[in-house]
Amino acid sequence: MSEIGQNLRVVEHATCTFCGCVCDDMDLTVDLDAKRITKAKNACTLGRAWFAEHTIEDKPPARIDGKPATTAEAIEAAAQILAGARLPIIYGLSDTTCEAQRQAVAIADLMHGNIDTTTSVCHGPSGIAFQGVGESTATLGEIKNRADLVIYWGGNPAESHPRHFTRYAVTPKGMYIPNGRKDRYVVLADVRRTPSAPVADLFLLVKPGRDFELLWALRALVKGRKIDPSIEESTGIPLATLETLVERMKSCRYGVLFFGMGLTMTRGRHFNSGAILALATDLNEYTHFVAKPVRGHGNVTGADNVVSWQTGYPFGVNFSRGYPRFNPGEFTTVDLLSRGEADAALIIASDPGSNFPKRAIEHLKRIPVIVLDAKDTDTTELARVAFRTATYGINTTGTVYRMDDVPITLRPAFDSPFPGDEEVLTALKDRLRVLLNEKRGGALRKAA
Amino acid sequence: MVETMILIPGRSNKQGTSLNAGKLKHEYREVTSTVEMNQDDMARLCLKDGDAVRLSNTVGEAVVRCKGKKPSDLPSGMLFIAYGPPSSQLMGGDTAGSGMPISKNFEVQVERVDVP
Ligand code: SF4
Repeated sequence: MSEIGQNLRVVEHATCTFCGCVCDDMDLTVDLDAKRITKAKNACTLGRAWFAEHTIEDKPPARIDGKPATTAEAIEAAAQILAGARLPIIYGLSDTTCEAQRQAVAIADLMHGNIDTTTSVCHGPSGIAFQGVGESTATLGEIKNRADLVIYWGGNPAESHPRHFTRYAVTPKGMYIPNGRKDRYVVLADVRRTPSAPVADLFLLVKPGRDFELLWALRALVKGRKIDPSIEESTGIPLATLETLVERMKSCRYGVLFFGMGLTMTRGRHFNSGAILALATDLNEYTHFVAKPVRGHGNVTGADNVVSWQTGYPFGVNFSRGYPRFNPGEFTTVDLLSRGEADAALIIASDPGSNFPKRAIEHLKRIPVIVLDAKDTDTTELARVAFRTATYGINTTGTVYRMDDVPITLRPAFDSPFPGDEEVLTALKDRLRVLLNEKRGGALRKAA
Repeated sequence: MVETMILIPGRSNKQGTSLNAGKLKHEYREVTSTVEMNQDDMARLCLKDGDAVRLSNTVGEAVVRCKGKKPSDLPSGMLFIAYGPPSSQLMGGDTAGSGMPISKNFEVQVERVDVP
């Protein structure tokens, strides 16, 4: 950190937490008087917007039923709601620190509730596939230094992870990739020609909903099986193109399959993710091949890690029997809301009120909702209790996991008058423990 | 005229920058209420850029503005929309035991509507 004027300072090697690339090479110029970041060197368009727009808003630290409240009042109101609920759920967590996520798991455990993260509606199916098929994995550093064949499937990094190409996987020079882009062959498979397509040497325009068939055909070709030319009719890709691609896959030195939500959010879900993971496994008979999901939010990978190391499962975890159980479809948030089962919700740093299916949103509007967010969203609008919290990475430090499971420590730029998520959740946990002890102790005495 | 097409909600760059400004603000609302459509399909449906269309299915409906894309970029019969409140209105809540609702590649009916 260096001072460059009376009220300006530069925070070097700061981290952008807008997307799963978690770029930790930001140099931020901070106006300490205005409490805003005026320049974010090295950031992409999304990162620049992230830093420029997270200022200190002139808003109350909390609202209860739409009316301004103190943080302490909001903690009391939130604790009362959760202590009185029969199936309270916790959801979100992908845009906060691991330290805050840890507190959230403790709350779920304490109240015998349910905890799920935005993973269930992004790469949850890949999480299911990891359990069934396994994962041939690598860090982005390894890919940068070694990968000479890079395949993107069902994703549009140019718009969702703009520096994925330039910082990690396509253009950078690496230890065994001395000429950068020239030493790599890049393939992109998608159902539409996105702004990512120009980066590719080969673009595969796949028929919608045919990813599984295409991946399975590639698996067959890798194993030397015959494929009927009608594969073109069903998937949109000529057999000759697939044969050439398979030759390239088998003969590369180090290949990587990056896959996005074009696989997980469509029909087939975990079967699609499983197919691409299995293809990578097959290719390891011939060369080194890895497969990585391209993760969306800044710390969604941290959420998987924290929930896994504390409960044994990555998402969709239920504590109603006093110990953790995992069952996607039963303990995942879209299901608990769409079936009308949850009777209170604690939403942390995410916006299901905007992005969830209609029925799930309708149920959120029926139950008491507690929200922690740095900004106003559709979810804060429908909440009974809304906390305004500091922005992670800009106002608070903490740990974030990059999409390749590499943990990174955040360097904040300026202070916020609002508390961080960890602080609010810790206070909420402490108050909830007292309320639940009273409730359970009373019940025990009555039973005795 | 009503046609059945495949809707693909997803991230766009403008959606990403506008959500940082604020999800309740005009720009984010506008960007998530604009559907991209193959230009040939638009011509067949007598639509031009900025016209309103109703997207509907058994789950719900949303009225959005359309914007043409070159047929080489967006195949006929496909629609792209930056995900947000309008696309949520069309998403079913059943996850088939996976936790994941079908959020891309689902059928919607498309029809022109007159909205001031
Ligand atoms: S690629 Fe992602 S993490 Fe990197 S600067 Fe852009 S938005 Fe931030």
